[in-house]
Amino acid sequence: MTKRLVGATAVLAVTTALAGVAQAQVSDDVVKIGILNDQSGVYADFGGLSSFEAAKMAVEDFGGRVLDKQIEVVTADHQNKADVASNIARQWYDVDQVDAIMELTTSSVALAVQGLSAEKDKITITTGAATTTLTGEQCSPVGFHWAYDTHALAVGTGGALVEQGGDTWFFLTADYAFGYSLEEQTSTFVKEKGGEILGSVRHPLATNDYSSFLLQAQASGAKVIGLANAGLDTANAIKQASEFGIVQGGQRLAALLFTLAEVHGLGLEAAQGLTLTEGFYWDRTDESREWSKRFYDRTGKMPNMIHAGTYSAVMQYLKAVQEAGTDETEPVAAKLHEMPVDDIFAKGGKVGANGRMIYDMYLMEVKSPSDSQEPWDYYNVLATIPGDEAFIAPADSGCPLVQ
Amino acid sequence: MIMIFGIPVQALLGQLLIGLINGSFYAILSLGLAIIFGLLRVINFAHGAQYMLGAFVGYLMLQHLGIGYWPALILVPLVVGLSGAVVERFALRRLYDLDHLYGLLFTFGLALLIEGTFRYFFGASGQPYATPAALSGGNNLGFMYLPNYRGWVVVISFIVCIAVWALIEKTKLGAYLRAATENPKLVQAFGVNVPLLLTLTYAIGAGLAGFAGVLAAPIYQVSPLMGSNLIIVVFAVVVVGGMGSIMGAIVTGYLLGLMEGLTKVFYPEASNIVIFVIMAIVLLIRPAGLFGKEA
Repeated sequence: MTKRLVGATAVLAVTTALAGVAQAQVSDDVVKIGILNDQSGVYADFGGLSSFEAAKMAVEDFGGRVLDKQIEVVTADHQNKADVASNIARQWYDVDQVDAIMELTTSSVALAVQGLSAEKDKITITTGAATTTLTGEQCSPVGFHWAYDTHALAVGTGGALVEQGGDTWFFLTADYAFGYSLEEQTSTFVKEKGGEILGSVRHPLATNDYSSFLLQAQASGAKVIGLANAGLDTANAIKQASEFGIVQGGQRLAALLFTLAEVHGLGLEAAQGLTLTEGFYWDRTDESREWSKRFYDRTGKMPNMIHAGTYSAVMQYLKAVQEAGTDETEPVAAKLHEMPVDDIFAKGGKVGANGRMIYDMYLMEVKSPSDSQEPWDYYNVLATIPGDEAFIAPADSGCPLVQ
Repeated sequence: MIMIFGIPVQALLGQLLIGLINGSFYAILSLGLAIIFGLLRVINFAHGAQYMLGAFVGYLMLQHLGIGYWPALILVPLVVGLSGAVVERFALRRLYDLDHLYGLLFTFGLALLIEGTFRYFFGASGQPYATPAALSGGNNLGFMYLPNYRGWVVVISFIVCIAVWALIEKTKLGAYLRAATENPKLVQAFGVNVPLLLTLTYAIGAGLAGFAGVLAAPIYQVSPLMGSNLIIVVFAVVVVGGMGSIMGAIVTGYLLGLMEGLTKVFYPEASNIVIFVIMAIVLLIRPAGLFGKEA
């Protein structure tokens, strides 16, 4: 009798245990995604809280639940500091049971958090940072880079402009690592296409007055003035270039990192004629218009590639969880690597072994105020840059995982 | 082409003119600081925020009330001055008897508060403000293209600087102001309303910052961060000129603008530290500043 009871208990225990395995595909019964970015500093408009909103839209559009478990999105401000970001990420993973971290504006932050997450075996999907190092020397088997990178910007704006006759360049470069690498990569493409670099001037970060640098650029006689800086620096340089009649004088301004959010802040009067590369434009297809209008209703602004990219990243992550049947890192990362990306952000996007999502980018020209038909009608799409040209091929990326 | 140290004379002239334009902003802002410090002994860290406030009030007037640049040039300094008066009357006044450090800390906190609030509502990338139609375009001077608006900035800021200096040094009101800070009890005994004079002083200083903000709006992005980028430089200008010396602040503002302009030609990377290098040297040689009286 006792023997039989023990036997039955054992059977029961094993069944329960097995059932437990079958149901515990999702850790702690909730799939939790963290949106970590700058919400108060110079990049607050670039991604900021609107990226959080985009992530929430993705969850709602997905249906709010995956594998019959709840989906939750949390967010925090990393203040553009890698140490602050790492602390938040640690807390999220260790205490709050966050499964994946996304957005990660600012390269230093993205590199730090991607590295930490690889150690902790957690997925990161970067949309807000630029550096190609994320999928190059410091690539991670569970780290993904979803929107633009410095290579795509350089190919788009640098390469395409030379083809259109802008074959002599002068750079206004922010005096720090990001500016240098942007200038260097762009120079490479300009030269490759037969263009010539006439000179460059390095300005300190957060300079107020660009007029003397602009005069030097003007005096160089270069056909294109490349702005290898970001945020408020670029905006001020463009505003003052228009004041000094640089575009009217026949020189072209190329902002190497500039999105719809910054164009909006600058206004068309000052920004008109500017050439830039973005990976998303709301007014391109019916699908993008429909999604962007919904985004606008929630945030009061039209999305740029960071916002749309974050939506896509969250959506694809949830699809991968669904496909994998679990939220465990390894199977989900495998699904993310193999599934094609088809949504409002990317068509036929594919993910390389280095974690780089490869999709088409667009060369844009900012409209003049008279050409702009409605609010936020800002870009003419000049050219599509096929993904394979825009991004470094995984085999050439220098990522140790590919060799 | 004639060259000086390998730089064409034309380019040099252009950069000097640009230096003068930036110097105009330094002069107006440091003038306001110097007045507040010279008369109230308050180190006004909120000056950058008040400058930003000026640009934003101008922007908001244009956006929501349809008030253009010209009326804003008068109205904005009044609005910002009034807000300064409120701050002085209800907060700053209580700190006069304490160490100067308290005034500094209070105004610093105030600056963070104002900037944070604007960043919350307007984001960081700034708002556009168009150049007034009458001043758009520019002239080719032969050695450079001078936008009309920049020329206007040089002229108007010079006039305002001289006018404010004359108000404080040459008029009866100015004499009262100076006397009231020198010996408040005595002046009060003569029937002069000293607290009102002090409020007025702070309001003038804040108003000047607001004025500089409107002047700057068509040139720089109207951004919550615009003041904090500038305020440290302006403090350096005041220190070089001699804390509290009003003429010193004006002259040094223009001088350092020129020095900075030259640095941008010869070694652009150093253009944002040259002012501080000069400050360090001046402090070593003349601790009271170029125009300050030895204490």
